[in-house]
Amino acid sequence: MTATLAQTQQDLVDEFAMFTDWQDRYEHLIELGKDLPLITPENKTEENLVRGCQSRVWLSAEYRASTSLSEGTVHFTADSDAMITKGIVALLVRVYNDRTPQEILGASTEFIDRIGLREHLSPNRANGLSAMLDQMKRYALAFSAGSHEEA
Amino acid sequence: MSTTSSPVKSAYHVEEFRAQFPILKELVHGKPLVYFDNAATSQKPRRVIKAESTYYATINANVHRGVHTLSTKATEAQEAARETIRKHINAKHAHEIIFTSGTTASINLAATSLGQLLLEKGDEVVISGMEHHSNIVPWQLACERHGATLKVIPITESGEWDLGETPGPSTPLREARSEVFTEKTRILAISHVSNTLGTINPVKELIAQAKKQGIITVVDGAQAIPHLKVDVQDLGCDFYAFSGHKAYGPTGIGVLYGREELLEKMPPWQGGGEMIDQVNFEKSTWAKLPFKFEAGTPNIAGIIGLGEAISWMNDYDLDAMAAHELTLLARATKELLTIDGLRIIGTAKEKVGVISFVIEGVHHYDLGTLLDQQGIAVRTGHHCTQPLMDRFGVSGTTRASFACFNTMAEVDALVAATKKAVKMLR
Repeated sequence: MTATLAQTQQDLVDEFAMFTDWQDRYEHLIELGKDLPLITPENKTEENLVRGCQSRVWLSAEYRASTSLSEGTVHFTADSDAMITKGIVALLVRVYNDRTPQEILGASTEFIDRIGLREHLSPNRANGLSAMLDQMKRYALAFSAGSHEEA
Repeated sequence: MSTTSSPVKSAYHVEEFRAQFPILKELVHGKPLVYFDNAATSQKPRRVIKAESTYYATINANVHRGVHTLSTKATEAQEAARETIRKHINAKHAHEIIFTSGTTASINLAATSLGQLLLEKGDEVVISGMEHHSNIVPWQLACERHGATLKVIPITESGEWDLGETPGPSTPLREARSEVFTEKTRILAISHVSNTLGTINPVKELIAQAKKQGIITVVDGAQAIPHLKVDVQDLGCDFYAFSGHKAYGPTGIGVLYGREELLEKMPPWQGGGEMIDQVNFEKSTWAKLPFKFEAGTPNIAGIIGLGEAISWMNDYDLDAMAAHELTLLARATKELLTIDGLRIIGTAKEKVGVISFVIEGVHHYDLGTLLDQQGIAVRTGHHCTQPLMDRFGVSGTTRASFACFNTMAEVDALVAATKKAVKMLR
């Protein structure tokens, strides 16, 4: 059975708690980036660029209707030209991917603080992270509003 | 306020400088701060910090208005700073020193007011391809307002102006380049030193060429003032703009030097208190220079702080400071080049202590983040010179910029930390 959104957040917090050294923490973040579901080249468009990041981040979402549930799920794909940024977006995708719009919109974001990354990220980068989160929530909101087309 | 006696000007003791910058004792991520972002803003010596706080603690009052003692003292301190700055850049008159909030405001003042005085439809303004956005956009706006055209001096592979003077086969491109100025050129606006590349430009030579054709010259000196002895009369420029905060002074204060004759002819930029002679609803008349261009209460503490920063620099040997920075640059250049795939952007013969580089397969943002984790502050990104980034085909660079208080050991730390980061990122 798939872990709940909250469980996935906790898993990440536990994973990062193992590292006491900045180097291990960032190496792990870079590793996470390698598991990111990659956006297709044709989706690397201006519209899918996340504003507010110093490096380039593309984020795309697709609504997948469910046969058993009343509400479908949101499938995210992303990429970045910087490895640490890619790790951060991968971290968010791991938490929010294939969840219902309601789950995404209702989720708490304090796990980012608990991972200890926010304090280690420059204000610029932190803004990038918030920009990515906002973008994911905007997709979820668009899908929950009923227009279940690809955003 | 600058009563400190001049220290010995001969030998260079970096520790003597370091002791004067309180911030250098700070730790970043638990590591000693290595500050290599001086081209963005330099750190401040204790004397500058003290000058500002002493002003607030002892003589704070509005200038040029009150008859009371504090106002007189504040006015005197402000005007003494103006004189210090006049002397430092060798302007003829103190009233040719106009205080602004920084280089950006200085250039906006020049572009707006000069534009109104000089530009007509079909005229041309010439800038170079290595300008900071602050020396591009104000001119674009002025050109749009008056129907003028912006022309750009191309940049060579080494990061220097391509004035088309190098011998070689005559091509249409080269011929076009040699025509930097036409009979329609009214204004030349160029940087003395490039913030991204560190290139020291041959401004004096180009100004001389422009003057022959009656072209008004504006120099963006933001990156030159911290490193070079600037003599505006020797350069022959009509205007020279710079900021306090890049030259060991406070933020929010800058200077526009302008030649008296032109300043007299130019219309005011901003209206308000301090800049008027008489006000009535039909027509107001303007105060004399420099106040015509200083509307509103000035940044008095900032002006005093800037005066102190300039006095502080003059207590040392500016040439020795620059020479020290160049030894750091030489070491950084040599050692960074041992990193596989590293390319330096800006390899001009004449440079200040600024090194910009890209590394194959490494994003500048990742590198900047990992250097920060190791306590090293560098600038990453386009450095407000996007057209220059396009010229070199890069999205951004990592830039280390040196000041008088940086050490060889810090350069070695940068090289080691960069190697460590590259290893993590590849």
